[in-house]
Amino acid sequence: MMVADLYALVGVVLFVMGLSALILRSRDLQRILGLNIMGTGVFMLLVTSAHGDGQAADPVPHAMVLTGIVVAVSATAFALALSLARERHK
Amino acid sequence: MTLWWSTLCVAAPLLASVLLFLRPKRTAGIALVAVTLVLIGALGLAVVLHDSGPQFIAIGGWGAPLGIGWRIDGLTVTMLLMAGIVGWPVTIYALDYFGGAAGGRHFWPLWMLLLTALCALFLSNDLFNWYVTLELLGLSAVALVTLSGKQAALDAAQRYLYTGLVGSLFYLLGVALIYNAYGVLDLAVLREVTEPTLAVWVALGLMAVGLLVKSALFPLHFWLPAAHGSAPAPVSAILSALVVKGAFYILLRLWFDLVPAALPGAVSVILGALGAGAIIWGSLQAIRATRLKMLVAYSTVAQLGYLALFFPLSGAGEWGNAALTGVVYFMVAHACAKGAMFLAAGNLQRAAGHDNLVSLAPTAQALPVSMFAFAIAGVSIMGLPPSGGFIAKWSLLSAAIGSGGWIWVVVMIAGGLLSAGYIFRVLSLSFSESGAEPKPELAPVAKSSEWASLLLASIALLLGLNALPVLDLLSIGLPRIG
Amino acid sequence: MTWSAALPLLILASSLVTGLVIFFLKEQSVLLRTVLNLSGAGIKLILVGVLMWGVYQGQTFEARLPLLPDIELVLHADALSLLFVSLSTVLWFVTTVYAIGYLEHSPHRSRFFGFFSLCVTATVGIALAGNLITFLIFYELLTLATYPLLMHRGTADSRRAGRIYLTYTLAGGALLLVGVVWLKSLAGPLDFTATGILAGRTDLNPDTLRWIFLLLIVGFGVKAALVPLHGWLPISMAAPAPVSALLHAVAVVKAGAFGITRVVYDVYGVEFSASLGVLMPLAIVASFTIVYGSVRALFQDKLKPRLAYSTISQVSYIILGTAIVGPVATIGGIVHLVHQGLMKITLFFCAGNLAETLGIHRVSEMNGVGRRLPKTMVAFTVAALGMIGVPPIAGFISKWYLGAGALDANLPWILVILAISSALNAAYFLPILYRAWFMPATGAWQERLEPGRFETHWMLLMPPLVTAALALLFGLFANMDGSPLAWARLIAEREYLR
Repeated sequence: MMVADLYALVGVVLFVMGLSALILRSRDLQRILGLNIMGTGVFMLLVTSAHGDGQAADPVPHAMVLTGIVVAVSATAFALALSLARERHK
Repeated sequence: MTLWWSTLCVAAPLLASVLLFLRPKRTAGIALVAVTLVLIGALGLAVVLHDSGPQFIAIGGWGAPLGIGWRIDGLTVTMLLMAGIVGWPVTIYALDYFGGAAGGRHFWPLWMLLLTALCALFLSNDLFNWYVTLELLGLSAVALVTLSGKQAALDAAQRYLYTGLVGSLFYLLGVALIYNAYGVLDLAVLREVTEPTLAVWVALGLMAVGLLVKSALFPLHFWLPAAHGSAPAPVSAILSALVVKGAFYILLRLWFDLVPAALPGAVSVILGALGAGAIIWGSLQAIRATRLKMLVAYSTVAQLGYLALFFPLSGAGEWGNAALTGVVYFMVAHACAKGAMFLAAGNLQRAAGHDNLVSLAPTAQALPVSMFAFAIAGVSIMGLPPSGGFIAKWSLLSAAIGSGGWIWVVVMIAGGLLSAGYIFRVLSLSFSESGAEPKPELAPVAKSSEWASLLLASIALLLGLNALPVLDLLSIGLPRIG
Repeated sequence: MTWSAALPLLILASSLVTGLVIFFLKEQSVLLRTVLNLSGAGIKLILVGVLMWGVYQGQTFEARLPLLPDIELVLHADALSLLFVSLSTVLWFVTTVYAIGYLEHSPHRSRFFGFFSLCVTATVGIALAGNLITFLIFYELLTLATYPLLMHRGTADSRRAGRIYLTYTLAGGALLLVGVVWLKSLAGPLDFTATGILAGRTDLNPDTLRWIFLLLIVGFGVKAALVPLHGWLPISMAAPAPVSALLHAVAVVKAGAFGITRVVYDVYGVEFSASLGVLMPLAIVASFTIVYGSVRALFQDKLKPRLAYSTISQVSYIILGTAIVGPVATIGGIVHLVHQGLMKITLFFCAGNLAETLGIHRVSEMNGVGRRLPKTMVAFTVAALGMIGVPPIAGFISKWYLGAGALDANLPWILVILAISSALNAAYFLPILYRAWFMPATGAWQERLEPGRFETHWMLLMPPLVTAALALLFGLFANMDGSPLAWARLIAEREYLR
């Protein structure tokens, strides 16, 4: 098995783990973490595809992952703020 | 010119968003200017298309596979026009709605950001850009839902947010698999290289699930009614009219460009069956709803089902074309009609201070213009002539009958009758014995809000008078029409 | 745009625009609303006059607006549409006058007259529709426009009536839509042609065509109140009198019957329909409806339901005339379109006057009412005798041609149906006349006797007198040029090639 395939497999496993946390857990923080783990899984899979078989690595996946991280950070921040707002309301 | 017009569609609302964020007290009129500019940009593109056919733009001179490419064809421009046409009355409406309220400070920049994302989504033509615009669209939409600050709205927003994020991640996972296989994101390039391998099917399946969640196809619609029903009225209008269409637009593009011809028939039948489920289930829920805005929100669930009926009808030849015409016309007509419905419902809610259907009759009679708008929009939703909804239904029915899909005919007819069930529930509020109930204390509703709803409803009606200009526009550059 | 295309559009616009303006009038602006109503109706009357004159001169009037590729909205004036358009325009004018008088002090008049005008727009659109798709569009519009009129009073009864009406008509409309789309997908544009579009089409499967025929007839049959699709009609009596009058004489019920006429003659072609074997079942259903309606009418003590069941019965004469192959029966059916309209609207006006002036709603309360409201009851008597088929009133002409047509077509059993029906007509109308003229006054209404020169408001009195007079004149002078009978003959000549 190639290293790249291992990475990809781990990525998928992370995705499933995050998803199950999101579905099974009830506390906001756990679910937000779950979302982040899902995202990380996808990012790993993307990074895997940059593997250039000995040649220079493909830059596009890196750009994608960077963008993805930015999106994930803002989404997480927003989710946390929303969760706080709900807490205050109670 | 293409570059200018298309940039205008994205830059104008983006700039307005920044301005309105920095100077919230300046004037919300900036938003109206931005929406008008989007409309002008879309019209400009329509003229360009008419003269010189579909356009491709490589942003900054960097083409695919490395850069970002925009594709502008009839479908793109139709969608941009839809956004501009719905956006205009909604903005007028919101000027009064958020006039003095605290929510307005946040509404304007968010609405402009949402419009930016939507226009960029319609213009984009590669898988990753769609992810980014989808996220931008989703986040600004969720933020808009929270504006009222009420508990129900916050709960709904959170569910909306989590569901939306999961949907995006499913989509992104699919994108990653595609990139793994081909190293390409641009749809025009992918179209040439994709083959029906297992990896492609898995990727497409994941992307489709993500997009179906976001476009709220039954049974993945669970997040929609609460979110659309508890948001402020102009937000509900934007969400139901425009935001759900964004994800479906991507699905439509993928269907044409990425799904190879060797698609197993079962997939389209399953999608159609989900659509049928949406139509029946959503309508029944709408008939049973106790609150006006929930009724309208469930109607959206039902109506989105019609979009999914496109897939089993999208076969080759004349009838496939009719189905495509039908589904795109349906998106536009539904956007106008449903937007108008939410605006009208918002007027009733503001006047009465609540939207419980049982005690809304006196309010309905005090606001005849809004009820008239609701009625006209309802005609289009029911698919009765003369309206855009009728044209759409006619085309879809033609496709179904022509290709022998009688089960879909039955579904559409049943759906039309069920929609009459909930729409006339609302309209019958206008008729009660005068003097039977005491005159309630009603909050004033601005004339502009009433007329904004009527304007949007009238557009839904006018769409039914002559479909040819829209169809001519749509036919430019679409592989299947013309 | 040329004059020949503009005229049909103007005829539509004359009520559409007035209707839309009236919607947004304030409730108090009575004068402006009345002026708008009457001028709209008057202008339409003049325009229709111009149209008839033009057609008489040999001009053709047609407006085509594209709707979808290969589908056009067509407004066209042929002989059949002229007959219906002139009927509805004249009766609209009369009913407008009546409605203004009738609703003098009731609330929501702007809404009422707005939808009233829309309703007429839809009816005129149906009359002028040049293809089946245009017909369908206006037919559905009619459903939407009449619903608020039925619901106008907002009482529990009228809300129930509105709900049931919608259930029936929307379901019928849906079946009609399927039928039309299906036929369109097989046969292309569905422009009405005097001898039928499908007549020469041997490439189409006859079984499919029979199914489509069934869908279309059921779709139209709901509004035409063919048994067993008639359930909404008696309940819809909860509407105000002018609405009932319009519903029963021109708008809804007639639209259904007119639709069936169009389908049989101008889409399928009467000879082709006969060869498909679909006309005999239609004739049987129509005959059953005729007898059933009359029997039910016999047992109604309330006046309006009695008239409603009578409508169910009488409208099926038109359908019966359509279902019998042969020009004579065609004339009978088509001419009844006009005659039944005139007579039935008279009866409903009179029933409204009885209710409005004296509070009479039941037949059993009508003893001696002829002396209190002589003019109203004269009109009522003329119309009722016409319905029975007494010469020289218009109803006699219709029945005569239907009977003769049945003999021509070698269907003697239809004569039996006509005889039974006429006997039943007499059985439910003559007692009313007897009570009104020959029995001593006993009702509680006597206490409401008020002195006055007119027996009721002139706006309520003139309309039934005018329509009754027309029913009498069209019977007396049936052979004159320009009479409904003359038109019907002209139409019948064109429907048969052989």
